[in-house]
Amino acid sequence: MPDGEVLLDVSGLSVRFPTSDGVVNAVDDLSFQVRRGETFGIVGESGSGKSVTNLALLGLLNRRAANIEGTALFKGRDLLTMPPGELRRIRGKEIAMIFQDPFACLHPMYRVGDQLVEAIRAHERVPRRQAAERAIEVLAAVGIPKPRERFRDYPHQYSGGMRQRAMIAMALLLNPDVLIADEPTTALDVTVQAQILELIDRVKKEFDIAVVLITHDLGVVAEVAQTVMVMYAGRAMEQGPRQQVFGKPLHPYTWGLLESIPHVDQKVSRLVPIEGAPPSLIFVPPGCPFHPRCPHRFGPCDQKRPEFRDRGGGHAEACHLSADEKRTLWAERQERFTRAAV
Amino acid sequence: MAAYIVRRLVWVIVVLLAVTMITFAIFYLLPTGDPAVRFAGKSPTPQVLEEVRRQFGLDKPWYAQYWHFLSDLTTGDKYGWPGLGFSFDTRIPVREELLERAPRTLSLAFGAAIVWLTLGVTIGIVSALRRGTLLDRAAMGFALFGVSAPVFWLGLMALWLFAETGGGPDWLHFLPGTGYVPFSESPSEWFTHLIMPWVVLALLYAAFYARMTRGNLLETMGEDYIRTARAKGLTERRVVFKHGLRASLTPIVTMFGMDIALLVGGAVITETVFNIQGLGAWAVRATFNQDLPAVVAVVVVSAFAVAIMNLLVDIVYAWLDPRVRYQ
Ligand SMILES: Nc1ncnc2c1ncn2[C@@H]1O[C@H](COP(=O)(O)OP(=O)(O)O)[C@@H](O)[C@H]1O
Ligand SMILES: [Mg+2]
Repeated sequence: MPDGEVLLDVSGLSVRFPTSDGVVNAVDDLSFQVRRGETFGIVGESGSGKSVTNLALLGLLNRRAANIEGTALFKGRDLLTMPPGELRRIRGKEIAMIFQDPFACLHPMYRVGDQLVEAIRAHERVPRRQAAERAIEVLAAVGIPKPRERFRDYPHQYSGGMRQRAMIAMALLLNPDVLIADEPTTALDVTVQAQILELIDRVKKEFDIAVVLITHDLGVVAEVAQTVMVMYAGRAMEQGPRQQVFGKPLHPYTWGLLESIPHVDQKVSRLVPIEGAPPSLIFVPPGCPFHPRCPHRFGPCDQKRPEFRDRGGGHAEACHLSADEKRTLWAERQERFTRAAV
Repeated sequence: MAAYIVRRLVWVIVVLLAVTMITFAIFYLLPTGDPAVRFAGKSPTPQVLEEVRRQFGLDKPWYAQYWHFLSDLTTGDKYGWPGLGFSFDTRIPVREELLERAPRTLSLAFGAAIVWLTLGVTIGIVSALRRGTLLDRAAMGFALFGVSAPVFWLGLMALWLFAETGGGPDWLHFLPGTGYVPFSESPSEWFTHLIMPWVVLALLYAAFYARMTRGNLLETMGEDYIRTARAKGLTERRVVFKHGLRASLTPIVTMFGMDIALLVGGAVITETVFNIQGLGAWAVRATFNQDLPAVVAVVVVSAFAVAIMNLLVDIVYAWLDPRVRYQ
């Protein structure tokens, strides 16, 4: 259990988009805490509300299009209700964010260096030269070779991995407390993915910050996160320390996810995808949103929404099954799974 | 870049040669009457016709005439450089008439360009930023009107409303009527005479530019790099006016250059309604009167304008968009 100070304390976060087809319940009553020094992994299938959660925190959703409820305390101040100007001064300076597609995230018509300098000067009154020196230093720190020359390049002269490094450099320029990385490796080659994850892990330690790592890839989370939150249909299904969530998973959705990825320790090649597709967020199934796809559903599942509750040791989840039932079911599934693979 | 420009300039010359040659060929291959008859006046004797043909070189085959034209054009003729010959119709040197008319069309085209660029881009930005509001709808309604209103109708309405000679309410008559006053004669008269033609001509283009700017800006504002700009804590003003506009206006620059170029030979209706006597009106008249030297002169000037603007646009575009520059 990480014990750094709590930097981000989100509680009851809901995001709804009223559209002409109906209200999209993108995020529904989400609560979590992120501490200094930890990597907080948010994992879930595409469309489960991971990106919306973090865009909402930084005020990057169009306020007219999105209906946001709840609180998100950052060092005691509520991000969701503070005036836009105050939030702007936090963005990039205290909470930085990098995104999935580094090819699209840098402005194609400005030099990489100028975009970094601009990020510094949006928050600090420093002369250009000085800002440029700092930018070059950080470019070097994130592993850009010949940073002084690369500083003057345009984004299209960088490779994908280098662009993501440049984005990370941009995020680190002002020594933020929190780095939110939304699918930072999804668009990159496998070999580059590992390097970028390693880099994020290294800067987390060097800069002593908190990292929120969003991904649809359970393998990525398993590698670098200390705490994991599993999302489904805009809700948290299970959350806890990595060893707990991966070692003793409690929610049938997590079980399904674990069975659908290549396993780290076993040489299992047979993967079982979860049957069915994620629900529309306009018509979320009543009760537990996962029940139509859940092989263990019973009486209350389509009636009553299960409570998201701590089951001990900071390991929380939302499922109607009792602790005993879950233990036996998971053991059975694991056995079946390994037997099928042999 | 220098090599590129030289290559393009060579290309400009090739295009000019081709365009003028085609003009000559069409003129002589289509049997539309004998220019000599037209020049020689009422019921000329065969001797007079013979003499006229000989003087203008009309007795030679078209390619020989073309060659003659080219050598005059490059080395000048007895009226000066560039040699453009003598008009069959107005009976003055073509060069003289060109120099008289070109400033009129250029004043009209560039003035209107400034009006439509500022008007169109401003309206486009405002309605993109206020998307879906009453202001946006009003602006796009105006754009629809501008696109669909015929220029001659707009011109006549403007004259009726605002010209001293117009039939509308007197208190609106604060502009002079039709016609053109050279800048060298009176800058203020030049300006007041051109206000209406500028605005009328610009309206159509402003409407296009407004829609294009709005569309481009809306599209750009949805790009990932705009989200990055916001995420790094820039003010919204900087996000829109630096990051958003830069990318949205680049394609507009291309369109702008070509639109100006095409106007040099083509603002016929506006020139006619406001009696400006520029190149467009001249081109039409020369064509109807089979005044080959005048037609060729306008063709040369228009083709030159298009080629040069094309080159300028490419240079500016490369300067604006580094992805092009580094290819
Ligand atoms: N502006 C919006 N208007 C309507 N629906 C939206 C909007 N933005 C996101 N959504 C919906 O919210 C859901 C969650 O999206 P997202 O957070 O991007 O998922 P992911 O977990 O893949 O990051 C999706 O179903 C998406 O269609
Ligand atoms: Mg996402």
